[in-house]
Order: sequence, then structure tokens, then C-alpha cells
Amino acid sequence: MTDLSWINASLTAARPQAVGALLRYFRDMDRAEEAFQDACLRALKSWPEKGPPRDPTAWLILVGRNAALDGVRKQSRNTELPPDEAISDLEDAESQLAERLDGSHYRDDVLRLLFICCHPELPATQQIALALRIVSGLTVAQIARCFLVSEAAMEQRITRAKARIGKAEVPFETPGAVERAERLGAVAAMIYLIFNEGYSGGRDQARAPLCDEAIRLTRLLLRLFPAEPEIMGLAALMLLKQARLPARFDAEGEAVLLEDQDRALWDKKLISEGLALIDKAMRHNRPGPYQVQAAIDATHSRAETAAQTDWAGIEGLYVALERMQPSPVITLNRAVAVAKLHGPEAALAMIEPLETPLAGYFPYFGARGAFLLQLGRNHEARSAFDRAISLAGSAQEAAHIRRHLDRLIQQAQ
Amino acid sequence: MLYSLLCYNKEDVVWSWTKEEDDAVMSRLSVVHEKLVKEGKLGPSLRLLPTTAAATLRGSMVIDGPFAETKEQLLGFYVIDVENLDAALDVAKQLSAANPTSVYEVRPVALFVPDARPNAPKDVIRAY
Repeated sequence: MTDLSWINASLTAARPQAVGALLRYFRDMDRAEEAFQDACLRALKSWPEKGPPRDPTAWLILVGRNAALDGVRKQSRNTELPPDEAISDLEDAESQLAERLDGSHYRDDVLRLLFICCHPELPATQQIALALRIVSGLTVAQIARCFLVSEAAMEQRITRAKARIGKAEVPFETPGAVERAERLGAVAAMIYLIFNEGYSGGRDQARAPLCDEAIRLTRLLLRLFPAEPEIMGLAALMLLKQARLPARFDAEGEAVLLEDQDRALWDKKLISEGLALIDKAMRHNRPGPYQVQAAIDATHSRAETAAQTDWAGIEGLYVALERMQPSPVITLNRAVAVAKLHGPEAALAMIEPLETPLAGYFPYFGARGAFLLQLGRNHEARSAFDRAISLAGSAQEAAHIRRHLDRLIQQAQ
Repeated sequence: MLYSLLCYNKEDVVWSWTKEEDDAVMSRLSVVHEKLVKEGKLGPSLRLLPTTAAATLRGSMVIDGPFAETKEQLLGFYVIDVENLDAALDVAKQLSAANPTSVYEVRPVALFVPDARPNAPKDVIRAY
């Protein structure tokens, strides 16, 4: 790794804590971001010559703060600029600051920075874009590519979102336990949105970095809040899903269903990490939706072949998830497990009442068609599949469903 | 004389490497590994998963996350092959009962390369 890419990686890693701390000092997002930019420029000049500082984050915070204060002084023309040595001679101040880096201050700084992006008035896509820009430090061009929009459109979206949070009351006081838990919950949901944005992009190279970024942010949260079982669950959930990426698509780019995937292609490193995290979370006996979803994925990850899947375990987990977050989509997923356990008839009876709430949801008709097909009711199956195709989001998706269904029908004959 | 080499780095940076960056480092390391194997010098080696996946046993208390104190130093480590975290913690508890003042961080292994020396000793080797 070259010097420059090492420095870039350090700057990216330091960014959430540094911008979070600078925001606490200045209570102004633009100024905090500018200060961090300044500090990065100075780092790029100074680090290759002098070597990286012992604590890059503390260095960036201090230099960023001084640079911004310089700027303020310059503007007001009241005082002379402090000599440069005052900024570059960091040893004492840096170690003092580093002492506090592990402290709760910095924990809440990062959480606040992420939480600001979750402002409830912002639509989900704006929350994500803002977090990717402010917290992750992705360029507007990179974010625009992820969302398949022009750079100008994304620039405008981010500017608007920033203006909106600029007007909002930003909670700067140290949060209490309840407030902190609420913030963590909102932030976790936003990070999972980032992940899903990348995950649903499938093989789309442009959106793949979103999954990595979501995992990186969750690992950051875990380092700051190591004893939160739902954050462990969220991390495990994303790691276990991401582990399957190499097996999710065939050579033609067609999606491969979980039970048809070549499990040898699954990333064992990510699976080990995910399983360790879900094990750790469960020890707390404080279950939550992320943990249960992760446990479902873990059950799939532990099965060496699709046939060895513990469907009874999965069904039980879906029952638990339904209790936590009642939703027809979850019931539909449970029905798939029920079909494996008790046959298609039981599953079909279970999803019958879902037809109204899921009238616009193509996977419902896909599942219904598959159950009917297993029962030999081919004619009804065909009409369910046609309904699924008519509900597909795009021509490409429709073609994909059709190919998949043709295969199913062929197998059934 | 046997030596252990312990590799330290900033975890948030290393686990933010892209796959290409990670692969590049690993392939540069593998050149060194192969040379050491040829020279008959390389014993078992391993790469650990991030500390966010770790739990730590201190006495009878299990703490989420890595060993974080700076008062203690690393004295040694075990590689164990068990079913899950609970089983690993159970082994740690047995060790802790025998050596109660020591703290045991339980961290999953990302990569394990077995002893590559041609005449790898089967017996215990003592430096004392």
C-alpha cells in the first residue's frame, strides 16, 4: 500500500469521530466539515514528510479546530495569526486529547453525527445520502453513482437536506440513557437502509460500496457501544447476507435463489464474524428484530447444504419476529418455512388472508404460485405467476420472474 | 529458539481496506511466507477477525468486546477448535479457573495456516 493510500484510509477511518468532535466545538455542520477538510489537506502535506501521528484522529481534530479558529480570526482581523509552530507542535495537546478519545464524549459525537442525518422530516433516500456525504465522506459523484442520478441532482438533494437539518434543533447536550438508546435505534435503521440500498442493487458495481460502507459504520458503532445486542445483531445480519454475494448471481447475471446457491462460494471470513456476533448478542437475552433476522440468516449459513436447513428453527424465529414486528411480509416468509415443514397445503392456507394486504407485492403471488404448483394445481399456479409478472417493477424484473417460473413449471412437469 | 511475531495495526483502517487493497497486502505477505516455508522457518500463523467480534472473560465476567486494558501485557495464546462462542468461553473459563488473575479475550480466527516446517516437532518445546 502506498503512502498516499494509507493516508487516505486513515483519513476515512478518522472522519466520523473527527467531524463529530468538530461539530461539537463549532455547532455548525458546514464549519465542521470545512475544518476537517483543512485538516486533511494539512495531513496530506505533513504526514508523508514527518510520518503519521500516533493518533491520527486526535491530530485531525486539533489541527481542524485550529485551522477553523484561524479562519475566524482572519475574517475578524482582530488578532494576528498564531505562528504555525503552535499548530504543528502537537505532542502534549495530542496526548491529552487522545486520553479522551476512548471516552464517552467521542462516542456521543459519532452517534450525534449519524443521528442528525436521521432527521424524521428527511425522506429515507436523503437520510442515506446525507450520512454517506457527512459521515462516510463519499464524494457527491460517488453517491450520485450509487443512486443512479446525475451529480447535479445529488448535489441539490444533499444541499436541501443540509438546509433542512441546519434549521432543526440539534441536540448537543450529552444524551441520557433513554435518549441514547433512541438515537442508536434510529441510526441502526438508517445504516440498514444504506445496506439494503446496496444489497438490492444486486450485482450493480456502482451500488456495491454501500454494503461495505454500512458494515464499516456498524463496526464503528460496535466499537463505541460494545454491549448493545441489537447492534451486534445488525452487524451479524449484514455480514451474513454480504457473505453470500459471490453466490447470489450466476455467470449470466441471473439471481440465484438461496437454496440453489453454491455454498462453497460463500465468504467464510464474513460468516465466522457474523456467527460470532450473533452468538455474542444472544448471550444478553435481550432479543430484538435485528438479532432474530440475523439468527435466521445464521441458520442458513450453518447448513452445509440447502437440504440440511433447520426449517423448524427458522419457522420458530419467524414466529418471534412476527410478534415483534407484525407484518404480512414476515408471515409470507414464515409460510415458506411452513411449506418445507408441513407441506404446501398448510402454507397456502396460511397466506390466504394475506392476499388483500399484499395485493401489490409480487413475491406474494410468486410464493402462492409455487405452492399451487407443488400441489399440482398448475392452472391456478399459472394465473398466480401471471399476476406476479404483471406486478414486477420493470420489464427486466418481469423477464427475470418469467424465466424463473418457466424453470419451476418445467421441473414440476 | 522459537519466536512469536505479533502484528499490530489500526483495525478500523485495515477492515476498511477494499478487497483489492486487502488482497494486495495478503499477496505481498504470501511472498514472504513462501520464502520462510522454503527456509523451514515458518510455524503456524493466523489472522484474527476484528475485535468487534470478540468477547473477554475476566474472572467469571464475560465482557463484550476486546481486551482493552493497558496495564496487562499479552502473555500467550491458544488456538482451540470448538462449536461456538459459548463453547469457546467454556474453555476460557477452565483456563481462567486454573489461572484466575489472567484475562482471556476470545476472538474468532479469520485464517489459520498450520505448521509448515518439514520436521515440525510433535513434542512440547520449552524455552525455560
